Amino acid sequence: MLSIKNLHARIEDNGQEILKGLDLEVPAGQVHAIMGPNGSGKSTLSYVLAGKEDYEVTEGSVTLDGQDLLELEADERAAKGVFLAFQYPLEIPGVGTMTFLKATLNAQRRAREEGEVSTPEFMKLVKKTADELGISMEMLKRSLNVGFSGGEKKRNEILQMALLQPKLAILDETDSGLDIDALKIVSEGVNKLRAPDRSFVVITHYQRLLNYIKPDVVHVMSKGRIVRSGGPELALELEKNGYAEYGEAA
Amino acid sequence: MTAVIRPVKTSAETALVEQFTAAKAALPGNATLREQAFGAIVEGLPHRRVEEWKYTDLRALMKDAKPLAVAPEKAEIDAAKKAVPFAALKVPAILFVNGTLAEQGKLPAGIEALALTKAYATDHALLKRFGESGVPSDNAAVALNTAFVSDGILLTVKKGASVETPLHLAFVQHGAGHAAYARVLVVVEEGASVTLIESHTGKGAHQTNSYVEVLAADKTDVTLVKLQNEDLASQHLATLAIKLGAEAKLTTVNVSRGATLARQQIHLYFEGDTTNASLNGISLSGGKRHLDTTLFVDHASYGCESREQFKQVLDGQSRSVFQGKILVRQNAQKTDGRMMMRALMLSDDSEADLKPELEIYADDVQCAHGATCAALEEEYMFYLMARGIPRAEAEAMLVEGFVGEVFDSIENETLKEELLAVTNEWLRTRD
Repeated sequence: MLSIKNLHARIEDNGQEILKGLDLEVPAGQVHAIMGPNGSGKSTLSYVLAGKEDYEVTEGSVTLDGQDLLELEADERAAKGVFLAFQYPLEIPGVGTMTFLKATLNAQRRAREEGEVSTPEFMKLVKKTADELGISMEMLKRSLNVGFSGGEKKRNEILQMALLQPKLAILDETDSGLDIDALKIVSEGVNKLRAPDRSFVVITHYQRLLNYIKPDVVHVMSKGRIVRSGGPELALELEKNGYAEYGEAA
Repeated sequence: MTAVIRPVKTSAETALVEQFTAAKAALPGNATLREQAFGAIVEGLPHRRVEEWKYTDLRALMKDAKPLAVAPEKAEIDAAKKAVPFAALKVPAILFVNGTLAEQGKLPAGIEALALTKAYATDHALLKRFGESGVPSDNAAVALNTAFVSDGILLTVKKGASVETPLHLAFVQHGAGHAAYARVLVVVEEGASVTLIESHTGKGAHQTNSYVEVLAADKTDVTLVKLQNEDLASQHLATLAIKLGAEAKLTTVNVSRGATLARQQIHLYFEGDTTNASLNGISLSGGKRHLDTTLFVDHASYGCESREQFKQVLDGQSRSVFQGKILVRQNAQKTDGRMMMRALMLSDDSEADLKPELEIYADDVQCAHGATCAALEEEYMFYLMARGIPRAEAEAMLVEGFVGEVFDSIENETLKEELLAVTNEWLRTRD
């Protein structure tokens, strides 16, 4: 599924290297957690995978089912099944949530040469998915994420993921800013999407999220590389001992 | 003795003098008024050293003065009808072709109309009401209109009439190479409500000058929506002058999309107390076009509220100007005025000039203004693209979102959709 080899990336503006030879293999159907101290490059990794232009990849490769992702623009990657749940979902005034949801779904379907979804079909799909995530249709009438609470924004990200049915979902600190109830709802949303042909990369600072979304593998990231990998017990160990031994403060 | 140095007249200035000299004897109405008006420009057109015209140097930008349009033939009128927009609205239209009142149609109940030519013939009392809004008669665009206009319409919305159906004033230019002047007076009597739609369309390089004055009495509710979508080779000078009585409500939305050179002047005078006005506009410019919106709001009464929201989207090497001034006179206590102007620049070579001004003489008022200039948010673009929306579509969504807010003040959904369609059409061509 996802294969990252010796990935080096730097910030385009100032040339600062953030990812320094990162290797990661995520087989189909698995959930991999990436944990690590602040500044270790976790969010950068998610942006580089999704195709943000502020970063320049200087070395290495990223493939999804053999497809080179690095040669694709962000929208093309999305159409190939890459989904990034943002740590800070943006508020976009003037762009209606429903308009946006429909545009995303149809853009991806067009790119894959599937037919566009009809409006009634789309409404039904959104309503069902939103209900499961405790998102009211009233909320979806607003501009994208405008006036949404932190938890609502995160749930809206999961709603998009559920609609788009990606191959690879990257969750960037989806647990941040969530209270325990919201965390449960979001985790259930994610767990429901677990499938043999879908992989997850779950980036988190805290072990708490992993109580709800059980990872197959836990990686520790430090200074732009994966420095240790293990089973779910590794997360518990990190929770207990902190990241001190990885050379950076938590 | 001091010698006044006069620059050589431009060809447009020379042509205007020649035209006026040749035409004045035949023009209807008060000749003295025309002479006085022409006096304001006989020495030349305003230029960049005149503050009000600093960003729109009419003298430099107006390359020629096209001859006055002749009254259109029936065939031309029939052809012009095809260019009337907003068919989906299915509302009555008063049609002007090349500045001539061509068709009046059936008016909604509560509205009376009088052709300007007929008013001239009888020296009708309504003629004297032009200028009541206090719009400066020596403003170049106003003066040119006063000097040259020969057709138009005078509308009266009768006392207490609640006119549900919007009335469409359609100004179509047919053919090229002419100058068309038209003038409209709208008297809205006490307690009446009305929605007027004004459209300017048509193909060909022409010059238009329109003057619309709205005199709304106490407790009136007036909505004015204007679409300027003239040929990209044309020149459009327009003045909207408004006077509002007490406890009235006004909403205006101006969409400036067409013309190489366009200037929309809006003059609003609050005569009565505790009146609310919401003034909105967008301009869409590309290529080497120059669009100007110049606003003057005169708070001369107690407790009035004004909201000004103007947005510009620029591409290519276009230039878009917005100057807005709010004057709060000494007796206009408890005035609440807020003006916001925002420019969205899609290209590196476009230029947005934003000039907000507040001049306040009362001491118990709330006034604010803001101006922003920005490119499309890269972060927004990434968010949309990361969901699979291609770049061009993502840009279009963001521009629509930016502009859409302005259309929210329009209650008529069909009209809102028509204006969004104009925006979409511009987004495809970016011209």
